[in-house]
Amino acid sequence: MAESGNPTPQAAGEANYLRFREDIPADEPAVSLDAFFEQPNAVSVRIEAGDDPERLIPHLARVRLVEVDFPKFRDGRGFSTARILREAGYTGEIKATGDVLVDLVYFMRRCGFDSFAPDVAIDRDVLEGALNRYPYVYQHAADDAVPIWQLRHPELANG
Amino acid sequence: MYKYDHYDQAMVDARVADFRDQTRRRIAGLMTDDQFKPLRLKNGLYLQLHAYMLRVAIPYGTLNSRQMRKLAHIARTYDRGYGHFTTRQNIQYNWIKLEQAPDILAELATVEMHAIQTSGESIRNVSADHYAGAAADEVIDPRPWAEMLRQMTTFMPEFSYLPRKFKICVIASDEDRAAMRWHDFGLRIVRNGAGEIGFEVYPGGGMGRTPFIAYKARDFLPANQIFSYLQAVLRVWNRHARRDNIHKQRMKILVHELGEEEFTRQVEETFQHVLTLGSDFPQAEYDRIAAYFEPPAFETGLSEEIDRSDPDFAVWVDQQVAEHKAPGYAIANVSLKPVGGIAGDISAEQMEVVADLAERYSFDELRASHAQNLVLPHVRKQDLYAVWQALVDAGLANANLDLVTDIIACPGLDYCSLANARSIPVAQRIAERFEDEARQKDIGELKIKISGCINACGHHHAGHIGILGVDRKGTENYQLLLGGSGDENTTQAKITGPGFDEAGIVDAVERAVEHYRVIREPGERFLDTYRRVGMDGFKEAIYG
Repeated sequence: MAESGNPTPQAAGEANYLRFREDIPADEPAVSLDAFFEQPNAVSVRIEAGDDPERLIPHLARVRLVEVDFPKFRDGRGFSTARILREAGYTGEIKATGDVLVDLVYFMRRCGFDSFAPDVAIDRDVLEGALNRYPYVYQHAADDAVPIWQLRHPELANG
Repeated sequence: MYKYDHYDQAMVDARVADFRDQTRRRIAGLMTDDQFKPLRLKNGLYLQLHAYMLRVAIPYGTLNSRQMRKLAHIARTYDRGYGHFTTRQNIQYNWIKLEQAPDILAELATVEMHAIQTSGESIRNVSADHYAGAAADEVIDPRPWAEMLRQMTTFMPEFSYLPRKFKICVIASDEDRAAMRWHDFGLRIVRNGAGEIGFEVYPGGGMGRTPFIAYKARDFLPANQIFSYLQAVLRVWNRHARRDNIHKQRMKILVHELGEEEFTRQVEETFQHVLTLGSDFPQAEYDRIAAYFEPPAFETGLSEEIDRSDPDFAVWVDQQVAEHKAPGYAIANVSLKPVGGIAGDISAEQMEVVADLAERYSFDELRASHAQNLVLPHVRKQDLYAVWQALVDAGLANANLDLVTDIIACPGLDYCSLANARSIPVAQRIAERFEDEARQKDIGELKIKISGCINACGHHHAGHIGILGVDRKGTENYQLLLGGSGDENTTQAKITGPGFDEAGIVDAVERAVEHYRVIREPGERFLDTYRRVGMDGFKEAIYG
C-alpha cells in the first residue's frame, strides 16, 4: 500500500479530501455495491453502513477505491468494513465519507482507511495533534504499528 | 498488584493530553456539545442533573493505599469531600467542573488510574470477583486475565463506536460473587481434564430495560485464544446490531434476535478467521502480568484464633469476615451501608482510614465490590480486632454484609439525569425499618437492589427483592420484584403486581419479609423459600 505520513489535498472541488496515499486517485465516481456487480468495468465502489463488505471480497482484484460511508459518527460499522477488506488482502484506497470527525481519524487510520472526505472540513492542526497523540498501541490492527506487548518481548520478534 | 511500565504510563498520559485538548476545544466553542458528548463520555464524564459527574475506573476492583489516598484528595479538592462507589467497581464524583476534569485525570494518572472507557458506547472497566487472590475456592487469581483484557480493550480501533456499552466480567470460582452472567461478556476460568487453563464463555447478558442472562457459548476456550474470541464476538455484534434504536442495540438484543445457536455459529466462524491474524497476546505477556499478582508474602504458623470476648466485635466478625486461602488470614469486608446513609458513599476522611488500614494490615491492597462495599483482602486474624476498632472510630463498622440493610441503590433522581424516581430515600427508609440488628440477623441473607429507572444500574433484576422506580403520571411509583439473583444460579426477578408509593413500598417489602419468616423451613434464605414456594403466597401477603 502506498503510504504517506502527511495528507495532501486532492482534486479541485474536494477541498475536504484528505489523502494518505501517493498513487493517482481513481477518478470515476464510486457506484453502489449492487451497481458494481452489474458493471464489470467499475473500479470504484461505495459501501453503505448496512452493506455486507464480504460480498466484495471475490471481486477485489478490480477495485481501486472503496468508499465507506458513516451516516452519523455514532455508527461504527464502517470500522469493521475496513478491517474486513484489509484482512482480505485489499491494498487499494479506502475512503471514509460522511460524518467523519477529527477525533475518529486516528482510529480509522488504524483500521485501514487511507483517505477521508468528511461532510464538514477537518481542522488540519487539530488533526495533526490527534494523529500524533498516542505514542503506542495495545493491539494489532490493519496498520503496521507494533503493539506494546511485542515491544515488551523483543525476544519474540519474528517468532 | 499490577504496576504500569513506561508504556502503560505513556498511554494514560496521552489520554490526559487528548482530553485536555478536547475540553479546550469545547470550552472555546470549536466543538458542539453534541460532538463533545461522546468524547467526554469515553472519559467517564457525564452531564447530570446538577453538575458533571466523573466516573473513575478501578480495574477489576483492585486498588492500593496510594490510589485510595489520591481518590480522597480528589474528593476534597475537586468535589464536596466524598465519592460514591458504584455497582461496577468504579468510583463516581458528583460535583465536577468541566474545566477541572483534565486536571483530575492528570492527578489520577500519577497513581496509575484513569477514567478511560468508563462510559459511552465502549468496552467498559473489566470487573472481577472482589475476593480474587484471596478466595479459598478460586482456580487461579483471575486478575492477570482481567488486566490483560484491560490492555486488549483499551482504544481498540475497530470498536471505536460500538452499538452500545459492553461489559466484561471475569471470575475463577464455582461461586459467583460478581454477577458474571449479568454482563455482556462473562468469563469463568476453569481447568480442563489435562490441567490447562481456559474459559467458560457467557455472552449476551445484561440488565437495563430488556434483561437477559448470559448463555454459555463455550465450555472451554483455550486461555491464549481469548483475544481472538473477544474480537470475533465484538465484530459480529458491531456489524449486525441495530443502529436505529438505542434501546435495542445492546449485544443481548442481537443474541436474542438471532438466537443463541446462530449467534454462536457466527462468532465461531469469525473466530476461525480472526485466529489466523495472529493477534493473540503471547504466554510471555501473561507471565509478565501474572508476576505482579503473585500472592503476597503470607506469614506461616499464624494462629487461627480470633478473640471474640468483645461482643460487638464478635457480631462484626460473624457478618463481615470471609474465609481466606492462607491459614491465619481472613478477608474483611468494610460496609458502606450505614443505616440512613447513602449506599456506596464514603468521605475523604473515611477513604484515608481505609487506605491506612490496607497499608498496615492488608499488604497494601483494597477491593471495591459490585455491591458497593470495600474489602481488606488479606488481614491476619490476630489483627482483625485492631482493624475493627479503627473502623468503629471511622463509622465504617456496620455488620450488615448481605443482610436486609446492605442495599444496592443507584444514585436515582437525587443525582441522575436518566432517573424517573429517587432510590436513595427508599433505601434509607427500608434500612431504617429493619434497623434492629437482631431482626436483621434473624432474617439472614437478603439482597435488596433498587434502581431509579429501567436502566437498572441498581441491579433490581438481580435482587432477591428488587425495586424499580418509575414515573407514573408525574409521581414516583415503585414496582416490587422477587426472586432475582446474581450468583451462580442466576435468575431474573419477577414483578409482584401493581406498584406502590414511597411509604407503600417500604410496607410491602416488610410484608414480603415477614411472610418469609413465617413460612421458611430451617436453614432457608429468603431466596430459597421464594424458589420453593413461588410468587403466589408472597403476592397474597403483599397485596392482602
